[in-house]
Amino acid sequence: MNSEAAVGNLLEEAKTIIGDQQAGIRDGIVKSIYDTSENITKDVVSYTSANRVDWDRKIDNIITSPVWGFPIMFGILAVIFWVTIAGANYPSEFLAAQFFWVQDRLTELFWALNAPDWLHGFLVLGVYSALAWVVSVMLPPMAIFFPLFTLLEDAGYLPRVAFNLDRFFKKAGAHGKQALTMSMGFGCNAAGVIACRIIESPRERLIATLTNNFVPCNGRFPTIIALASLFIAGSVSVTIASAIATLGVAVIVVFGIAVTLFVSWLLSRTLLKGEPSSFTLELPPYRKPQVGQVLVRSVIDRTIFVLSRALVIAAPAGGLIWIMANNTVGDTTILAAAANWLHPFAGLMGLDGYILMAFILGFPANEIVFPILIMSYVSGGTMVQMESLADLRHLLIDQHGWTWLTGLSTVIFALCHWPCGTTLFTIQREQKNWRWTLLAAILPAGIGIIICITITALARALNLV
Amino acid sequence: MGLTYQSTGRSTTREIFNVHNAGSELVIALAGNPNTGKSTVFNALTGLRQHTGNWPGKTVLRAEGSFIHGGRRYTLIDLPGTYSLHANSVEEEVARDFLCFAKPDATVVVVDGTCLERNLNLALQVMEITDNVIVCVNLIDEARRKKMHININKLSNALGVPVVPTAARGGEGLSELMAAISDVALGRVMPKPVLVRYSDAVEKAIAQVEPKVREIIGAHINTRWVALRLIDGDTKLVQAIQRYYNDQESKQAEAALEVLA
Repeated sequence: MNSEAAVGNLLEEAKTIIGDQQAGIRDGIVKSIYDTSENITKDVVSYTSANRVDWDRKIDNIITSPVWGFPIMFGILAVIFWVTIAGANYPSEFLAAQFFWVQDRLTELFWALNAPDWLHGFLVLGVYSALAWVVSVMLPPMAIFFPLFTLLEDAGYLPRVAFNLDRFFKKAGAHGKQALTMSMGFGCNAAGVIACRIIESPRERLIATLTNNFVPCNGRFPTIIALASLFIAGSVSVTIASAIATLGVAVIVVFGIAVTLFVSWLLSRTLLKGEPSSFTLELPPYRKPQVGQVLVRSVIDRTIFVLSRALVIAAPAGGLIWIMANNTVGDTTILAAAANWLHPFAGLMGLDGYILMAFILGFPANEIVFPILIMSYVSGGTMVQMESLADLRHLLIDQHGWTWLTGLSTVIFALCHWPCGTTLFTIQREQKNWRWTLLAAILPAGIGIIICITITALARALNLV
Repeated sequence: MGLTYQSTGRSTTREIFNVHNAGSELVIALAGNPNTGKSTVFNALTGLRQHTGNWPGKTVLRAEGSFIHGGRRYTLIDLPGTYSLHANSVEEEVARDFLCFAKPDATVVVVDGTCLERNLNLALQVMEITDNVIVCVNLIDEARRKKMHININKLSNALGVPVVPTAARGGEGLSELMAAISDVALGRVMPKPVLVRYSDAVEKAIAQVEPKVREIIGAHINTRWVALRLIDGDTKLVQAIQRYYNDQESKQAEAALEVLA
């Protein structure tokens, strides 16, 4: 059969038959279809009440208005963040308690079986406790954030967010839907990268993918929040402290969004040149969300999916960290030796060797960055949970000489560094091109390093530290 | 079902789309604009008998499920939500290719009852590709709340296909929808879609191109529609036709070789 060539030829033939009218033919065809729809609708639809109130339109006029749109949006996002952060605390503590209770029992089991120390250390103190950390720190925020986010989606609010942010992203040369993928990134960057599928144009999808990491995910929020409360609010009273800490986090989030827009703009002027494509943004009617449905979908499709990927990566990392903290070269552990080696460069960025080391070792999943840092500081051999922020403050400031600059640099680097392993793995799977994956790692890391070095140099030059 | 060309041909093209149990079960496609409650209809019909994945070679999410009606199992494929089938986006391409080459036994077009005018565009385009269409006017409860009345019989006559009003959230109209699906899929009801009449110039061109289309690709795909797309200069469709029929021919050749060996 030689039908292939024949179909191609037919295309040419059709072109000659329709002649020079082909240019306007698509519009003509679409118009015929629209006219038919319109006529049928006129025929079959009737209204029983003449003066109906269009509530959707009225709500939209407020929610997407130039004046109220942004305050309402930030208000809703702030409430969601607050509920997530505050609500995740207790289940996190509970889960951690359960997991570490099991860990103690595992230890007893290994002792009873006379297992060698290294086996117990590697499997229980390394692999198991890394898994326990990731589940207890990551699961509660995800299990709260994703359903809340899905509820907003289901009620029809998200398209309005995209509508509000559309003009900013368009000015940056990116796609308006990037507002949505960015919002997903607040939950989890890997999920945000997957959400980039909703952007049709490959160029804009790539921009959205490469910049998704600039908003802090659930794994990085705990680090940012803890540091904000430590350094911004260290000296004032408790109630004011929590308000100031929330404000600090909000500033960081806005800063992340600003960087996202700036880098998108930069990319669309240099590597990924092109015009932003237009898209039809339909503002669907508001609907009462179906709570049951939302819970099932967000738990199965998002939470379990993202968590299982994180676990796969955290397990071997836990083992590696245990080995590094428990084997010595000369008279220091490998972990300490590596930290000393990193120290000169880290110092330029306002960090110290252990902090940079923790970020490197936290590559598999960002939520283990802070535990690793604390573990290296106390040199206890495994990741420990500090009992309270006061203990933490004592450990960092009094024992390891942190200044406000160390705190600020750490927070900025937590916001702008390479994406976690899961996210990079996802980017590779979505883009199927290791060059873009590499760029997705280099771009945020480079920007973070530059900002940190600049701030540190400035602060030191002005004798602020 | 014997191994006629039609049955083997159809199941091989369906395999390209990763449809499970291709060949033995009836395959139903679910089309519709975004935000029409298409997924709600899908979930309501299939319950938890579903799995998700990607469309082959595309980063577009795809859901497949099944339901049982009258002792028969129906496989339901949730097509991406689209506004048209003009292949402006990957989603539209996926939806169009499935309707065109996997030839579902019936296609349900879910439309939003509260904005019928915008939604019917897609239904009209689907009807150009396949006769076996059922229009599901969803969100009928919302339409009622907005004091709209939709004359279902009149709509069904105007379109020439069965029309079922539903409120999938509350489960209203779902059993009627299932009955309509099985009627069409099993051939008990043969829809006669009322097609869009284009301008005289376009209709004349269609009349000239259509016989040639029939000559080359036979009646596997709706020839009037292919002719229309050719006149529109749709190179993507030409590529798709070449790709799918290539795949299919090589699969059939493989199958023939296996029989010989």
